[in-house]
Amino acid sequence: MNSRKIRVLVAKPGLDGHDRGAKVVARGLRDAGMEVIYTGLHQTPEQVAETALQEDVDVVGLSILSGAHMTLTPRIKKLLQKNGMNDVLLLVGGIVSEEDAAELLKSGCADQVFTPGEPLDKITGYIREAINGR
Amino acid sequence: MQQLVTELLQGNRRAAARLISQIENDDPQKTDLLKEIYPHTGRAYVIGITGAPGSGKSSLVDCLLQQMRSDGLTVGVIAVDPTSPFSGGAILGDRIRMQDHALDPGVFIRSMGTRGSLGGLSRATGETIQVLDAYGKNLVLVETVGVGQSEIDIVKAADTTLVVLTPAGGDSVQTIKAGIMEIADIFVINKCDLPGSDRTAAEVNMMIDMKNGESWRPPVISTNAVSNIGIDQLWAALLEHRGYMEKSGRLLETRRQRVRRELTEQVEYLVKKRIWDRVKEKIEFNDMVEKIVQHQQDPYSTAHELLEKIKFYNGIVGEDG
Repeated sequence: MNSRKIRVLVAKPGLDGHDRGAKVVARGLRDAGMEVIYTGLHQTPEQVAETALQEDVDVVGLSILSGAHMTLTPRIKKLLQKNGMNDVLLLVGGIVSEEDAAELLKSGCADQVFTPGEPLDKITGYIREAINGR
Repeated sequence: MQQLVTELLQGNRRAAARLISQIENDDPQKTDLLKEIYPHTGRAYVIGITGAPGSGKSSLVDCLLQQMRSDGLTVGVIAVDPTSPFSGGAILGDRIRMQDHALDPGVFIRSMGTRGSLGGLSRATGETIQVLDAYGKNLVLVETVGVGQSEIDIVKAADTTLVVLTPAGGDSVQTIKAGIMEIADIFVINKCDLPGSDRTAAEVNMMIDMKNGESWRPPVISTNAVSNIGIDQLWAALLEHRGYMEKSGRLLETRRQRVRRELTEQVEYLVKKRIWDRVKEKIEFNDMVEKIVQHQQDPYSTAHELLEKIKFYNGIVGEDG
C-alpha cells in the first residue's frame, strides 16, 4: 500500500478575479487522486510561496489570466527557492502567448505552461509522470 | 531524520511541514520520529472546532486567529477536509478564509485530507498536533471536516470543543439528539444575522438546562464571523473554559484518558501487527479460508487453530486467551 499522495497548491496570484479555470483544474486533479490545496483569489507571491512551504506540496499550479505571468512567475519561483523548495514543480496555466511560454520554460521559471483548451488528462498525466519519475 | 526533529525544535517551518508529511504518509521512520518528538509535547492547548459543512468554521478560525495573535499567542492550525472515497483525491479549501494569516510567522496552517478516517478528523490529526506542540505553538486549533450528527472524534483530540451551529437547523428535537450536541464545551450560533438565530440559541439553551448538576455549563455564543460580531465573547468563553479545565483538574483527567486510549491503541496495533506478520510467515491463510468456504470447518475453531499454530497462546497469553 502506497499512501504517498501528490499534493498540489492551486493558486491565483495577483489581481485577477476569474477562478473558473482554477476550480476546473482543481476538481480534475482531485478526481485523479491528488490532494489539492486551493487558496482563493488575489494571492501575493509571498503568500503563494509560504503556503507551498507550510503545506509541503509537490506541485504549485499558478492560474494567471491577467497577463502578469512574466512578472509573477519568476517572483514566485525565486521565493520558492529562497524557502529551499527547489524541487517543487511549478506550472503555469492561463492566457500565455507562445513566446512568453517559451521564455518561462527557457529561463527555468516554469516547468510547464498550459493554455486554454488543454485536456485535463494531459495536465494530470504530466504531473504524475513528473513526480513519480523522480 | 534526527536532523528534522532538531530543526523542528528550533522552530524551522520547513522541518515542521516535512515532518507532518512523513507522518501522514506512514513513513517507515514515523514511530522513531514520534518517539523523539514526544518529550517535547504537552504544552500546547488544543481547541477543536466542529460543525456542519458551510457553517463558518474556517471563518471563525480566521477571526479567532486575530484574537489569539493580538494576545501574543502563537497558533498551529490543522484544517481537515474530506478525501474522496472514490478517487482518493481531495479539495482542501479551508485556507481560503485564513490567508490573511499566511505570512504571520506566529501562525502555521496545515490542510489535511481525511484519507479514509470517518470520525471527522484525518488519520494523522493526533500525531500532527504533537508536531505543532513540539514546534512550540501555544495553541493548536483543529478544524474538523463538515460533520453531521455522529462524527465526534474531535473530543478525543481537543481540550476544548466548539460546536458551530447555524440558524434554522431544524426543530428543537434536533437539539436533544445524541452525538454532536453532547460534545460541546461551547456552542456557537454563527450567521446570527440570519432569521431564526435567536430561536436556535434559545432552543440550545433549553436543551442545556434540561440537564443540571454539571460543573461546566456550555455557553451559547452568537457570532457573525464575516462581520466579526461576537468574536470577543467567543474568545472570552474559550479562555474561561480553559481556566475551568485547568483549575478543576479536568484537563489532567482529559489528557489521562487520551493517553490511556493512545496506549491501548498502540498496544493493539503492535499485537495485531505481530500476529499478522507471523501468520504471513507460517500459515496458509488462504487454505483456511477455502476450508471454511467449503464448509469443512467453521471460522470459530479455525481462528483458534490459527493462533495455536503461531504459538500465540504460549507466547503471549496463557492457555486459553
